[in-house]
Amino acid sequence: MHNFDFVKPSTIADAAQALSHEGAQALSGGQTLIPTMKQRLAAPATLVSLTAIPEMQGVCLGDGGLHIGAATPHAVVAREAKAHYPALAALAGGIGDPAVRNRGTIGGSLANNDPAACYPSAVLASGATVVTNTRKIAADDYFQGLFSTALHDGEIITSIVFPIPEKAAYVKFDQPASRFALTGVFVAKYAGGVRVAVTGASQDGVFRWKDAEAALSADFSPAAIKGLAMESGTMIHDLHGTQAYRANLVKVLTGRAVAAALA
Amino acid sequence: MTKVSMTVNGRAVSAEAEGRTLLVNYLREGLGLTGTHVGCDTSQCGACVVHVDGQAVKSCTVFAQDVAGADVRTIEGMANADGSLSTLQQAFQDHHGLQCGYCTPGMVMSSAALLAENPKPTEAEVRYHLEGNICRCTGYHNIVKAVLAASGQDVTKIAAE
Repeated sequence: MHNFDFVKPSTIADAAQALSHEGAQALSGGQTLIPTMKQRLAAPATLVSLTAIPEMQGVCLGDGGLHIGAATPHAVVAREAKAHYPALAALAGGIGDPAVRNRGTIGGSLANNDPAACYPSAVLASGATVVTNTRKIAADDYFQGLFSTALHDGEIITSIVFPIPEKAAYVKFDQPASRFALTGVFVAKYAGGVRVAVTGASQDGVFRWKDAEAALSADFSPAAIKGLAMESGTMIHDLHGTQAYRANLVKVLTGRAVAAALA
Repeated sequence: MTKVSMTVNGRAVSAEAEGRTLLVNYLREGLGLTGTHVGCDTSQCGACVVHVDGQAVKSCTVFAQDVAGADVRTIEGMANADGSLSTLQQAFQDHHGLQCGYCTPGMVMSSAALLAENPKPTEAEVRYHLEGNICRCTGYHNIVKAVLAASGQDVTKIAAE
C-alpha cells in the first residue's frame, strides 16, 4: 500500500476542510477501502478518518423517522435499530461477519455503493434521505449506478433518515465466500404503497422493481407477484450465477421477503 | 512516522507508525506481539482478530493511527494472571480445537467476544459468530465444541469428528 497522511478530525467542519485538499479521501470503517488500498486500486495522499466525530454516531428517533449517524458501525445498528426498524437491524446484523460489523459503517457502505452491498437496498426501499454536510439527497436520486452516487468530491454523508414502514423484510441470498449478496431484496410497506429494492443482481447496481411494487401495493402477499417476470437482460452474469438465475432469484427472494414481512 | 500510543493488554505502549501501518503490523513489528497472525491480509480469514475497546476487529483492516488511544487486547493478554491458560484457551486444548494453530489466536479472540456478549450460546450461534474465522485443519467441529465447553455447557454428547 502506498503511504499517506492520516488525519482524524473531531468535527464535520474540520473533516470537510481536510477533504477539500487534492488527493484527500474519507475513511470510515475501512472494511472496503483498506483492502482496496492494499491492492493499490486506491492511493490517497491523505486519509480523513470520520470515526471520531460524535454527531456522526448513533441511532435515534427524530423528524421523519429513524436517524442513523453515518459513522455508526453495522453492529450498533443491528443492536439499536431493532426496537424501531427490525428489518433494517436484521440487515445490518447480516453484513459480513462480526468483526467486520464492528468496524464497517452505514455511511461508508452508501458512499461506496457496491452493487452487491446490503445497505443500498434498505435505503432505496425505505425512500430514506441521505443527509450530507451540505444538503439532503432523496434515495431515488442518490444511487447512480455501479460505485456511483450523487455525492460531490469531498461531500460527507453525515446521517441517514429512514421513514419507518408498517411492515418490511430483507432477504439475502449470500455469496458464501464474500458474504455479500449474490442477490438481496428489501421490501417495505408504507401507507402510501410498497417499495421493493434489489441489490446484487443488476449491472447498474441497486434498483427498484416497480412492477412488483405496483402488484404488492394492490395486494401485499407473495401470490401477488406470481405472474410477474423479472427482465434478465440487465442482470449480472458471473461464475456464481447466470443472468436468468439472478432474475429468478429476484422474484423468489421478493416473495420470501413479503412472506417474512407478514410473519 | 508518528508516535502512536495505546493500551495493549493493560499496558501503556507506544511505537512509531506510518499512516499505512496496520494495527496488526503495529502489534507484531512495533511491539513484538507476534501472537496475532496475518493469514489472508484481505479481512477474510480472521487470524488477526483482536479486541479494540472490547470489540472484535480484524487488525489487518484497521490502521494503527485510527485506534490511537484505544484499549487493545490480544491473544497475549488472554491467559490468567498466573500464566495458566484461561478457561476458553484450556477448552481449545481439551477438545482439540486446533491442529496447526495458525487460526487459533483469532478463533480465541472472536470466541471470547461472543462469550462476553452471549455467555451461553447455542451451537448455531457459535457457528454463526465464527463465520469470519477460517480454519483449514479442524473442520470447525472441535472449535465449536471448545467454545460450548468454555461456556459451561455439557458437550459430552457431541461426538468428536
